[in-house]
Amino acid sequence: MAIQQPPDGPIWRKRTTPQSLALWFGWLLLVLLFILAWEAMTRNQIWAFVWDAPEQAADLFGRMVPPRWSYMDQLWVPLWDTINIATLGTLLAIVLAVPVAFLAARNTTPSPLLVRPIAIFIIVASRSVNALIWALLLVAILGPGLLAGIIAIALRSIGFIGKLLYEAIEEIDTRQVEAIRATGAGPAQVLDFGIVPQIMPAFAGITLFRWDINIRESTVLGLVGAGGIGLQLKSSVDSLAWPQVTLIFIAILATVILSEWVSARVRAALI
Amino acid sequence: MSGPAVLPDPAGEGATPGAVRYPSHWRRPPLISDGRLRWAIYAGVLVYLVVGIGAVEVNWGRLSEGWERGLRFLGGFVEPDFISRWDDIRAGLIESLTMTLTATVVGVVISIPVGIGAARNIAPSPVYLACRALIALSRSLQEIIVAILFVAMVGFGPLAGFLTLAFATIGFLAKLLAEDIEDIDAAQVEAIRATGAGWWQVLDYGIRSQVTPRLIGLSLYRLDINFRESAVIGIVGAGGVGATLNTALDRYEYDSAAAILILIIAIVLVTEYVSGWVRARVQ
Repeated sequence: MAIQQPPDGPIWRKRTTPQSLALWFGWLLLVLLFILAWEAMTRNQIWAFVWDAPEQAADLFGRMVPPRWSYMDQLWVPLWDTINIATLGTLLAIVLAVPVAFLAARNTTPSPLLVRPIAIFIIVASRSVNALIWALLLVAILGPGLLAGIIAIALRSIGFIGKLLYEAIEEIDTRQVEAIRATGAGPAQVLDFGIVPQIMPAFAGITLFRWDINIRESTVLGLVGAGGIGLQLKSSVDSLAWPQVTLIFIAILATVILSEWVSARVRAALI
Repeated sequence: MSGPAVLPDPAGEGATPGAVRYPSHWRRPPLISDGRLRWAIYAGVLVYLVVGIGAVEVNWGRLSEGWERGLRFLGGFVEPDFISRWDDIRAGLIESLTMTLTATVVGVVISIPVGIGAARNIAPSPVYLACRALIALSRSLQEIIVAILFVAMVGFGPLAGFLTLAFATIGFLAKLLAEDIEDIDAAQVEAIRATGAGWWQVLDYGIRSQVTPRLIGLSLYRLDINFRESAVIGIVGAGGVGATLNTALDRYEYDSAAAILILIIAIVLVTEYVSGWVRARVQ
């Protein structure tokens, strides 16, 4: 005789049968996809190169240390160029992104049907292309140099700054705008006194954040010829001068850490 | 800093001598309240702009040449050429997509234990430090730089790209997962522990159920990022469509390059849309 009587209704389960079947099927699909992708990816792989990777790594490391410190003399100018690319690129991006953000925000756009989709498209197109690809295009069009790097950084940053800024504009307190408008202010005055003061902290934060990212990105733009320390990196890698590569990595790492520290300090002072 | 007595009254009239004069106009407070610091910063910015812009050498002759090339490139967007390099483009896209998927799966699988180890509230101190060090290493090295090193180790091709993206995924996902685990509701963990559950059971019933939705969302977001990156690391030889794009631009085939860019943007938009939709449903 059973000690416990089964309950009258159905027993509680976390998922119904179709749900757990769907889940199981989903996992099966993922595993199959993974195996297919792996097969396709490694079809032309020469595994002999992979099996000796640990030896290659040890060999590479042996050639990378010690860094060639004397090479630093030639790195100061490229480092300064790198910082210039990031900073001037960010400034250019601000000039371009602020109007786009105001055109894209639902509450400030002049026309939600005509202008807003265009502004959103600019933001999306800018965001979906990496700064390095922008640089590749601009070097092909404008020729190598700092200018291509600055414009590449600016074009990539428009989407980032524009997206975060227009979201900040859409989230403002409408009562303040209402109050300014009630005093008889025109549209420009409403913008100046009602909207801009509310988004200023967000704007400062976004800009600093992007500047920080841009310092990182501008360190590698030189790989495609757009100026900065990446140029030295490319020539050192191409000539297999690994001690120089190590020094460049150290310089890049130090710059990135320094820029993070600066942006954290400025952020703390402003916000 | 400006008290009522400091500001001059622009109207002037009606002010009795000796009385405290109040400003008749409201002025908005400046962003930086210390006047001297404010002007010093303005001057510094101006000097930097002059020096910085002065350092940019603009070759106007090359630029006017570039104008014509830019127009040709725009023309390439109007009439993209998908056909003449289709085999290369297809091979590049397949490499990019397979690299993205495998690297995301492997990266997520590795970053789960690393993320658990990097959560202060459940990991012992040595494990915590080791996992945090791994995360910091992965986050501070840029994808391109990691790709250069992996190409030097395992040779050209998508395997180097796969290793790069998987490594970058660990830094991103493990950090966010660890922060999520540190933010969980401790009461639920306590309740599970009070039933006499062991460490694994606490992990499974107390923590996993709280972080799974966010983990799925973050993994999809990383899938997105990995595809974007996979289009770039080909430039240093780590496989993917970036190499095809680089070749097309080197040969001045702007119409093929435009076709590749259109495909990249389209795939990015589709993955972003799909992952956003799934994330909205899961979370």
